[in-house]
Amino acid sequence: MILSWAMSILRVSTPLIFASLGGLMSERSGVINIALEGLMLIGAFTAAVVALMTHSPYLGLMAAIVAGALGGLFYAFCVLKLKANQIISGTAINLLAMGMIPLILKILYGSTGATPNLEMNERFLSFPLVLLVFICALIFALFKYTHLGLWISFSGEHPDALESAGISSDKIRWFALTCSGILASIGGASVSIYLSSGYSRNMIGGRGFMSLAAMILGRWRPKTTVLACLFFGLCDVIQMRLQSANLSIALPTQLIQIIPYLMTLIVLTGLVGKSIAPKALGK
Amino acid sequence: MKKILLPLFSTFISLLMGLLLGSVIAAFADENPLHILQIIWNSGLGSKYDLGTTLYYANALALTGYSVAVAFHAGLFNIGAEGQLNMATLMVAIVGLTFPSVSPFLGIIISFSVAMMAGALWAGIAGLLKAYRGGHEVISTIMLNIIASALASWLITLPVLRNTENQNPETRQLSLSYFVRGADPLVKFFMDSPTSSSILIIFLLAILLWAFLFRTRTGFAIRATGQNEVAAELAGLNPKLMKVIAMLIAGACAGLVAIGEVNGHTGKFLLGFSPEFGFMGIAVALLARNQPLAIPPAAFLFAILHKGAGDLDIETKNITRDLAVVIQAVVVLSISISPWLEEKILAFMVNHKWGAKE
Repeated sequence: MILSWAMSILRVSTPLIFASLGGLMSERSGVINIALEGLMLIGAFTAAVVALMTHSPYLGLMAAIVAGALGGLFYAFCVLKLKANQIISGTAINLLAMGMIPLILKILYGSTGATPNLEMNERFLSFPLVLLVFICALIFALFKYTHLGLWISFSGEHPDALESAGISSDKIRWFALTCSGILASIGGASVSIYLSSGYSRNMIGGRGFMSLAAMILGRWRPKTTVLACLFFGLCDVIQMRLQSANLSIALPTQLIQIIPYLMTLIVLTGLVGKSIAPKALGK
Repeated sequence: MKKILLPLFSTFISLLMGLLLGSVIAAFADENPLHILQIIWNSGLGSKYDLGTTLYYANALALTGYSVAVAFHAGLFNIGAEGQLNMATLMVAIVGLTFPSVSPFLGIIISFSVAMMAGALWAGIAGLLKAYRGGHEVISTIMLNIIASALASWLITLPVLRNTENQNPETRQLSLSYFVRGADPLVKFFMDSPTSSSILIIFLLAILLWAFLFRTRTGFAIRATGQNEVAAELAGLNPKLMKVIAMLIAGACAGLVAIGEVNGHTGKFLLGFSPEFGFMGIAVALLARNQPLAIPPAAFLFAILHKGAGDLDIETKNITRDLAVVIQAVVVLSISISPWLEEKILAFMVNHKWGAKE
């Protein structure tokens, strides 16, 4: 019973954890990443299409990583090279992903709704969980023990100090945004080829924004961000189980869904502890 | 000259880029781009009924466009128009169902006040958070959007509100004191299409908001806040208060979508009635460069695109309505890089001794 709950929480949290760690990379380096949603869509779509073509989920995941890196690089190009407003270009990338994917779907499969279903052997059974543990460990270590992690934080807090130490904060941000794209894309891939079998229209359904919220609830720190994602997952699972339980009293299940967002809002008030957003965020 | 012409030019380029990429995609999908344009044009403007539907979208897009633009003048990014218009529409429906027997005159006044207040309050939360607690408005408005739609999906299941006549996720129909569509001459003129006289609000608002932003003390203080908060504070203005005021006005604008929807179109709150008007409003405001007077034409343009694209599903083999979203995305992206573009154009002009007369 407890095991089954834990498993389902872990499963629904997996994409959130990947994506919110991606958001974390970006925001710690000082760039707001609204584009998470679009990057996740790109990952979900690419992974499903390539897995269908090659009959291998691993190749699908690889393709999603490449696509995510390209997406992240494109975002970095807009914000860092062309000095575009972060929110506007992030919104544009979301729109672009939302619009392009159905058009490509239609050309590839003659339907805007979904890819054909993946067979069992074209999907992941548990590999994303292994990858998740690995990536979490990697990111914890990155911020805790490495110079690179420190540079990323400095790029988000005091880019000038970083520059005067002879390290280009722009270069750090290029790197952080590329990683952010890759992680969000893996998150998207885990929705389409791990949680479900194939891509369907708008299947990310706000998970990108949810990851952003989880990252804020986790106050821009890796460990607490992962915990926040698990909490989002918990609320999701409770809500799903209540809906299928067919209880005699009508419980407002929609309200359970609100709880994590409400908590994120409360964190934004800064009344519970100090709000510790990177200082140079958005600049 | 430079101040007006350059943005105009780069806005034009943005539009052109959108259409160009749209055409390239159409060509890739084995369709004639001109044929696609023709379908969009005919579907958006072809008949009185079509024009009416386009105007219905233009109404909502202009209102959300104002909402984004006013907040932007205070340096705030209002992603929350979607939540604000949902809350406002829901509240108008709830209040209307609670007090069904009033005179139509009172009904309209109630609708206007409730719509504007509900929108303003919902946006005001984000304004207060930003001004006094430093919580980023983009995040808080996204949260408020999600909370609004979850609240709405719960409230309409309550027996007092639910429409028991069908399975749609909607409230019961409001009384004729609120639902005044039948007496609307514009509805008749546009062959019973979704539009209504509420479209007149957007023209009035364009002038009012322009006058407010550019001809009043508070409007000036709001713009000063958006341009340089520290300088505004040093000049004795109150930037925190200005941010809250800007968000309240932004929310009230988005809230007015409720009038066209409840009083003018359906007479009830239908869950998901808005095809993300709030997000399209961002594109509208950007295209209009946040100038209130430019927002109605920008909204009309995107409304044609949105309405016209709907017919692409039926009339072409390989292209879908999603083409409109791609075109929007490219326009938004091009505008986001326009400061860079304008700088390059200026540098080019200087290098080639253009505009030497200025």
